[in-house]
Amino acid sequence: MTTLSLDTARDSELLRLATAGSVDDGKSTLVGRLLYDSKSVLADQLEAVESASRARGYGQADLALLTDGLRAEREQGITIDVAYRYFATGNRRFILADTPGHVQYTRNMVTGASTAHLAVILVDARHGVVTQTRRHTAVAALLRTPHVVLAVNKMDLVDFAEERFAEIDDEFRRLAGSLGIPDVRSIPLSALRGDNVVDASTEMPWYTGPTFLQHLERVDLDEDLTALPARLPVQYVLPGNGAPAGQLVAGQLRVGQQVLVMPTGRPAVVTAIHRLGTPTEHARAGMSISVQLDVEGDVGRGDMIVAADRIPTTTRQVSATLCHVAERRLAEGARVLVQHQTRVVGGTVASIVDRLDLATVEHTPNSDPLAVNDIASVVLDLDEPIAADPYRLIRGTGSLLLIDPRDGATLSAGLVGPAFR
Amino acid sequence: MAFTQTASETAPSLRMSYLDVLEAEAVHIIREVAGTLERPVLLFSGGKDSAVMLHLARKAFLPGLLPFPVMHVDTGHNFPEVIEYRDKVVAEHQLTLRVAHVQDYIDDGRLTERPDGSRNPLQTVPLLDAIGQHRFDAVFGGGRRDEEKARAKERVFSLRDEFGQWDPRQQRPELWNLYNGRHDPGGHVRVFPLSNWTELDVWHYIAREEIPLPAIYFAHQRRVFLRNGMWLAPGEWGGPRRDEQVQERTVRYRTVGDMSCTGALVSEAATIDEVIAEISLSRITERGSSRADDKLSDTAMEDRKREGYF
Repeated sequence: MTTLSLDTARDSELLRLATAGSVDDGKSTLVGRLLYDSKSVLADQLEAVESASRARGYGQADLALLTDGLRAEREQGITIDVAYRYFATGNRRFILADTPGHVQYTRNMVTGASTAHLAVILVDARHGVVTQTRRHTAVAALLRTPHVVLAVNKMDLVDFAEERFAEIDDEFRRLAGSLGIPDVRSIPLSALRGDNVVDASTEMPWYTGPTFLQHLERVDLDEDLTALPARLPVQYVLPGNGAPAGQLVAGQLRVGQQVLVMPTGRPAVVTAIHRLGTPTEHARAGMSISVQLDVEGDVGRGDMIVAADRIPTTTRQVSATLCHVAERRLAEGARVLVQHQTRVVGGTVASIVDRLDLATVEHTPNSDPLAVNDIASVVLDLDEPIAADPYRLIRGTGSLLLIDPRDGATLSAGLVGPAFR
Repeated sequence: MAFTQTASETAPSLRMSYLDVLEAEAVHIIREVAGTLERPVLLFSGGKDSAVMLHLARKAFLPGLLPFPVMHVDTGHNFPEVIEYRDKVVAEHQLTLRVAHVQDYIDDGRLTERPDGSRNPLQTVPLLDAIGQHRFDAVFGGGRRDEEKARAKERVFSLRDEFGQWDPRQQRPELWNLYNGRHDPGGHVRVFPLSNWTELDVWHYIAREEIPLPAIYFAHQRRVFLRNGMWLAPGEWGGPRRDEQVQERTVRYRTVGDMSCTGALVSEAATIDEVIAEISLSRITERGSSRADDKLSDTAMEDRKREGYF
């Protein structure tokens, strides 16, 4: 077994990915294979899986048991909830959000995809692109996951046929193209046998692209959040020096830069930046920082410091696409709390406009109350303004949570602006 | 309104390593708690995960002091090196320390000593009582999702009801970086800033930030005896039994917990880099190698978590 040098380990990058697929597509097998072949499954975990498999009368270790952790899941043989897995290779570290395909798939996939750089969608080579594939691809497009991989699994069951793979790849590319997904790749594999998962398959010499893991290691992660205008939601005012602190969700900030404090729009100049106690001239998206401004007084939680030349829209009415994640329904006229980064304002669901069918990507006018897993266009009236960007331009400042003011339950995830466009 | 995407001219010094990414995320989580909840507390056992969590929390509020207290649930079966370390850290960083003593509960009969002598499961009641007495509404824990399969499904903000219980089927979806810590009256939220860290990440971060740790994490000579395949240290907690032979070994600890159920590893790793090299090669998880309490059943951790354990 190879070990990496400490310096390499420290400087490698981090890739967040989400997997989606139906039970029978072999998703758990693919995830299990990935963890196993990358040596992320340790001896005692494997032993536990083997003994649980024996107890259930299976002939061989069921790698799905590695990821099905809760008692109910094991008893019912299903995956209930998003599970997070961690593995690493020589040059990258991975956080995998494993989302179940059959129960509450929309809610869970939206959750997994919201933080993912890359979505993995599984299909069975015998069945190709099916309705479920269309739904999963639409969710990835809706959430604007920058990279999508189609894992064409069970190639062994179609005799490793190049024509079959080309057919599926072609159909998937047309689908992804129509949804505006910028980067897609299809990979023919057999998770059960290990073909093209970690090591190249000897059965498919016609395929010259990367294996699944190679692709995860090489995909270009430069999402270029730094090229976007600066957005710093203020989380907290630091004890000691009164500097507003937060995590820069987009863009860059420099000492001397002109900024505006939203939602009031008050102009200011950045006079100092600290990165966790250390002074710096320059910060970029992703960093947790604090800043000092040349104006006195009131900058607090819920404000947002933004680049003065490219500003968000300050508004009390927001058109958004909602993914409803709660079991309780949400009707027109309902009072809600709207959480936009660190700002929380009261509001009303002014109108429910339509429903989106993820399989056909068609909008149908419909003002009925939202049920769990519904995706809908709505208009929200807010009691106080927020400074928001369209989700398609800046994910961080274009996303919302809708919360029930009665008990604090999370109701819906909101994307500012129309779906896909 | 459209923003043109220009080629980024990010200076090399602005590149973020994966440790920088994990650090920035943890600080964001900690600041969200401080910004949205009234009475947070940070659980500090003196173990490496809580040492990292405390380090991150201190950095999050610099140049100010930590704006909330830390709490230790003391089983009474502590490694003396760990208590010494705890008190030194508290003094050095001017922290406010609260201690909940399992011993008090045993002394007045509210809890009964278990036949196996382990006090790990006994921590839950004093922990929940202390949360209630101090009216803490947010409790930072050092739990990581890579530790155990029930933890893999835990949210970063994890709700507990008024009895401190966790219901894995009623968890709120957690989207983007938007956390919702609203909870029922009398309930609280457990917050795990290290959710996305692995054991190796913790060690690499300790090395990078030069975070001091209790000496027992590094190889030392210790008198130990073998029970259920684990090297345990003799102590007031009850070990060894007559049939168990004590011998001297060079060991270190991979986790720090109650002396009765925390096993030592036979190891020569005396420095951080040697520990990292050893963990990189290990084929056994940290809980598998050193925690007897997780071996009780396949869902032992889930059961303890439901009852309000860390």
